[in-house]
Amino acid sequence: MIRAVDGQDGKNGAAVATGASAKKSPESLRVRVLRQDSPGRESYWECHVIPYEPNMNVISVLQKIAAGSTTDDGRKVAPVAWDCNCLEEVCGSCTMLVNGRTRMACTALVDRLVEEQPEEIVLEPMSKFPVVRDLMVDRRRVFHSLQRVKAWVPIDGSYDQGPGPRISPEEQEDAYPLATCISCGCCMEACPQFTKVEVERLAGESEEAFEARRKEAFDKNFLGAHAISQAMLFNSHPTGKMIADERMEALTDRGGIQMCGNAQNCVAVCPKSIPLTRSIARAGRAATLWAIRRFFDR
Amino acid sequence: MAGPRVLVIGGGLAGLSATMRLAELGVDVDLVSLVPVKRSHSACAQGGINSVNTQTRQQGDNESKHFDDTVYGGDFLQHQPPVKEMADWGPRVVDLLDRLGVPFNRTPEGFRDQRRFGGTLYKRTAFAGATTGQQLLYALDEQVRRWEVAGKVKKWEFWDFLQPVLDASGRCRGAICQDLVTMEFKAFPADAVLVASGGCGLVFGRSTMSMVCTGSAVSRCYAAGANYANGEFIQVHPTAIPGADKLRLMSESARGEGGRVWVPRTPQDPRDPRDIPESDRIYFLEERYPKYGNLVPRDIATREIFNICTNEGLSVEKDRLCVYLDLTHIPKETLDRKLGGILEIYEKFQGVDPRFVPMKIFPAVHYSMGGLWIDYEKSSTGGLVEGSPRNQQTNIPGLYAIGECDYQYHGANRLGANSLLSCIFSGLFVAPGVVSSFDEAGPTDASSSMFAEALNVQQQRHAELLNRPAGGENPYDLHDELGKVMTRACTVVRHNDQLTEAYETVCELERRWQRCSLSDTGSWTNQNVVFTKALGDMFPLAKLILKGALQRDECRGAHYKPEFAMPGVEADDPAERRRLAEEWCDRFEENTRKWLKTTVARHGEDGHPVLTYEDIDTSLIPPRPRLYGLVGGEVIEEVWKERQQARDRAAGTVTVGIGG
Repeated sequence: MIRAVDGQDGKNGAAVATGASAKKSPESLRVRVLRQDSPGRESYWECHVIPYEPNMNVISVLQKIAAGSTTDDGRKVAPVAWDCNCLEEVCGSCTMLVNGRTRMACTALVDRLVEEQPEEIVLEPMSKFPVVRDLMVDRRRVFHSLQRVKAWVPIDGSYDQGPGPRISPEEQEDAYPLATCISCGCCMEACPQFTKVEVERLAGESEEAFEARRKEAFDKNFLGAHAISQAMLFNSHPTGKMIADERMEALTDRGGIQMCGNAQNCVAVCPKSIPLTRSIARAGRAATLWAIRRFFDR
Repeated sequence: MAGPRVLVIGGGLAGLSATMRLAELGVDVDLVSLVPVKRSHSACAQGGINSVNTQTRQQGDNESKHFDDTVYGGDFLQHQPPVKEMADWGPRVVDLLDRLGVPFNRTPEGFRDQRRFGGTLYKRTAFAGATTGQQLLYALDEQVRRWEVAGKVKKWEFWDFLQPVLDASGRCRGAICQDLVTMEFKAFPADAVLVASGGCGLVFGRSTMSMVCTGSAVSRCYAAGANYANGEFIQVHPTAIPGADKLRLMSESARGEGGRVWVPRTPQDPRDPRDIPESDRIYFLEERYPKYGNLVPRDIATREIFNICTNEGLSVEKDRLCVYLDLTHIPKETLDRKLGGILEIYEKFQGVDPRFVPMKIFPAVHYSMGGLWIDYEKSSTGGLVEGSPRNQQTNIPGLYAIGECDYQYHGANRLGANSLLSCIFSGLFVAPGVVSSFDEAGPTDASSSMFAEALNVQQQRHAELLNRPAGGENPYDLHDELGKVMTRACTVVRHNDQLTEAYETVCELERRWQRCSLSDTGSWTNQNVVFTKALGDMFPLAKLILKGALQRDECRGAHYKPEFAMPGVEADDPAERRRLAEEWCDRFEENTRKWLKTTVARHGEDGHPVLTYEDIDTSLIPPRPRLYGLVGGEVIEEVWKERQQARDRAAGTVTVGIGG
């Protein structure tokens, strides 16, 4: 749908031709970026040609684009905005669609991308989160989901109370992969049941009122695989499970586990290979048992 | 009535620990961060967190030994009371993290497992796979989220700290910050401001640090009058994976779990490393440091790797300096369980599986031992007075620094797995002191005109940048040049002529920065202007780092000047050996008198740093030579011990101080 913006004039056609010749030459890369100046504005495509270097990733491609800030047809443009921090796939910042697939830009290595699709590298923002600018999206909903499922251990306080509970190596090995979730949002982007929620601020609306309305909108919609998995992580921790019922309540509420359509895309795109579908299956079973228990407790 | 309100800048381990503790003490917290706090650089810490534990205790370990290892590893450059307090808190800190649900690796019986890290002979390091920093960060992030839901904490993510706001008396009363999305400016009146903004690796261009580690927050405090201490002490980690955008850390835990560093005996041996027999390999760390082997302190490992590649010409590759870090002798199953995370990083970025092929690594800038100068109040037992408002406070009252951005805990060289401890310790420990500072400070008047004035200053700085004529210098290119200059002159090996030259180059780059033009002059999510500002704030830090290094004519920890190195004792004749060792110790004592001092940099009015030197509290452990692997180290140690005993005998009359 948005792709239709591409190639609307002769200039762009010329750019495509440059790209085709760039493909044969290992010295340069053609990068097509879907840009958007701010929320609510039209998105548009822009092409950049940058020099190829060995061992590049999409981050170094974007750094070169920022340093040059010139399109393939020589127009000076504002640098492309994008989100990144650690560059080693542990902070979860740089999620975007690279050649149509949701992934982390830092581990998207150019040599492999070129193998995958020699003509060009295509960069787009995630589609399930509101665009802030260019490749930057607003992922507050990801963190809000963690609030909804109370993804924490409810400790009494931070004063010394001795060590935590004993935990077997098996339990640790079960929990650890879930705990490596970087809240990147890939699982949400790939999920057919997870739809975009974009709340616009009304004229004259206070920041607080806007925030409340945004949270309300989030609360009605799907939690996503990552929050379900986090709920399962804390429900399996000896102290964490002390509020397991509260988490089950969130999981079975609006936008909860029942929304999952079992497409299993989440697990396929997770950059940390977290067994998300296992967590979802566990959550589903726990939800059934919890519903039965609630029925008899009434 | 509104209660006290504190502003925390940075949401890594230190900022989150402080936020959690402050909220618990009933204080409302505004938490400002360049990135969502869960994405902070602390996530990159891999290896683990040190503390004395039940097991090491039964092997003769105790808090004093952890304290001693830290001070000895740091070459005695730390004030000792804060380090003692930190070591004493170690077990409590790790227990707390355990209760927060950190998935520490476990023994078969269900206890926390520990591994050994550099600079110690005990297995003190608790770990969660090879992503310990990430796991600790998440545990604290979760607790802070809980406080956020409870309404005690308000997060300001994607906000940039621009300056502290000081009242007429010089007390910090809040700060000016900017929303990185809407570019709106906002004043944050506060009863205290805690800076927890981490290191300044980007001053060196590429490093193991994250993109937010520009040092800008600290530089802005420095510009406002906060002193910066020991800037020249920058840790270069021995093992990183070279990359075009970043030098990725390969944790010390790889060596902690038995990884071995080697190079082929034949320069650039073309054979597959797996086909090179043991006899054709040089395990240079093991050969030169039989006691610590591959786990010598980081500064030493770094210099040895650097040396074998440059001076000895034994780099594995010709065009790219690197050595092998070999794990292939360790069972795959053990590697997966204990080092999975970091091996995946190597595999993802290099396309080679380090479980089967030795990794190629080289040193990279990693940690700022120096940072904002902070105070403390010493207790009668030699530690700190808990709840003192002086603890962690900069020379600006009301402005505190915690975590990597303070200078206090690691001296001239940080030991592996001590940074997670210092960050969390300083974050927890600062909170009661901050609360007790409210009394002497009195309430902050949010309506004061100082906030509007400071806002105006920042809006003008911003507008000036946006309005610069086009066609000037490119900030990204300038940053690249700055990184190259700093890396060449001021990392592993330092020479005065190069440092002098680099200082001039940096001043020139700073002048060129004045002529930077922006490629984005818009007022929505303008990353270009934010970066350009941060770059401008790197120069004052670069200058104080260079000047500190230039003036410090000695070798200490990470600061190494070959001209001032003290070679060991090589003679064979016992009398001659003895004589040389005496001479060595005389020289050491003289050097200690002269240089065992904190470098304190003040931002001069002409833009150049003004350096002064401050005595160090070494009242608990008298400084002694750091003899890891030094030739003739035994005889030097013997002479040193005799001298120390003589001093101890006279101790009734002599107080141990500098050079003592």
